[in-house]
Amino acid sequence: MNFETFTEFLFMGGHGLYVWLAYGAGFFIILLVYIQPILARRSIIQALSQRQRREQQNKASDKMNAQEITGSNE
Amino acid sequence: MNWTWFYKLGSPKWFYETANKVLPWFLSAGVLLLVVGTVWGLVFAPEDYQQGNSFRIIYLHVPSAILAQSCYMMMAVAAIISLVWKMKLADMFIASAAPIGAAFTFLALFTGAVWGKPTWGTWWVWDARLTAMLVLLFLYFGVLALRSALENIDLASRASAILVLVGVVNIPIIKYSVEWWNTLHQPATFTLSEKPAMPSEMWLPLLVMVIGMYCFFTAVALMRIKNEILLRERRTKWVQAIIAEEGKP
Repeated sequence: MNFETFTEFLFMGGHGLYVWLAYGAGFFIILLVYIQPILARRSIIQALSQRQRREQQNKASDKMNAQEITGSNE
Repeated sequence: MNWTWFYKLGSPKWFYETANKVLPWFLSAGVLLLVVGTVWGLVFAPEDYQQGNSFRIIYLHVPSAILAQSCYMMMAVAAIISLVWKMKLADMFIASAAPIGAAFTFLALFTGAVWGKPTWGTWWVWDARLTAMLVLLFLYFGVLALRSALENIDLASRASAILVLVGVVNIPIIKYSVEWWNTLHQPATFTLSEKPAMPSEMWLPLLVMVIGMYCFFTAVALMRIKNEILLRERRTKWVQAIIAEEGKP
């Protein structure tokens, strides 16, 4: 271990501001790069499944309309 | 040599399933190595006799800069494949890697500035290495802007592949800038031919961070490519099945 106390570790020999600013930015950017595709996947699946349901409903109602017009029960 | 893997790459379904299998391994290896490397570099590595503790920024700065450049080289390879063989996955890779590359180029520039202040006495100089790295960031932005501007996917993929290939000239400029010009920036820490000039307790955590970055990059690139596949193959039966399965309210 290179540091005697935790305060010394935070202080970084007077360079604490720079070291922690750099690592703070690093943590934030890596987190962002990881979270972004997860959120994107969620919204893609939501949008595509909505469209899927709409298409299925349209198909079903088309069939019903066709039955009403022809009067058949097939 | 067996070339079937290359043809399989043409199948988004095969790629999606393979990505699902390997993704957790790359993600956990990446996170583990990054955590180990950070703690090692911040807590256990000895301080630099000239720079003191500010040198610890190297463990974030160098891996992100290496990744930023090799991400671009991978995109260039993908651009050739996309132009010559019109492989959809190569284009999906370009679309997926560009934002990650931009993020890590920005991180390299940011950590460099924060490191430059206590070391050189300034946040920024218009030095060859720094300027070339800024050009790399703008190249990434250019690819992203071009893709979002062109709605026709074939046109977007061809245009961005050509832009990526033109921008490749910048990569050797970044690499050799510290040798060609007098710059403030120090020369490379790692070279393939020589042993590093620093003691092993200093460069080992750096190596761990570099490998961790590559694993993390692979994982997030796969996550993004999977999203691209879902979007572009949305009309196929197998994607419809995934949507029906996962999209249940």
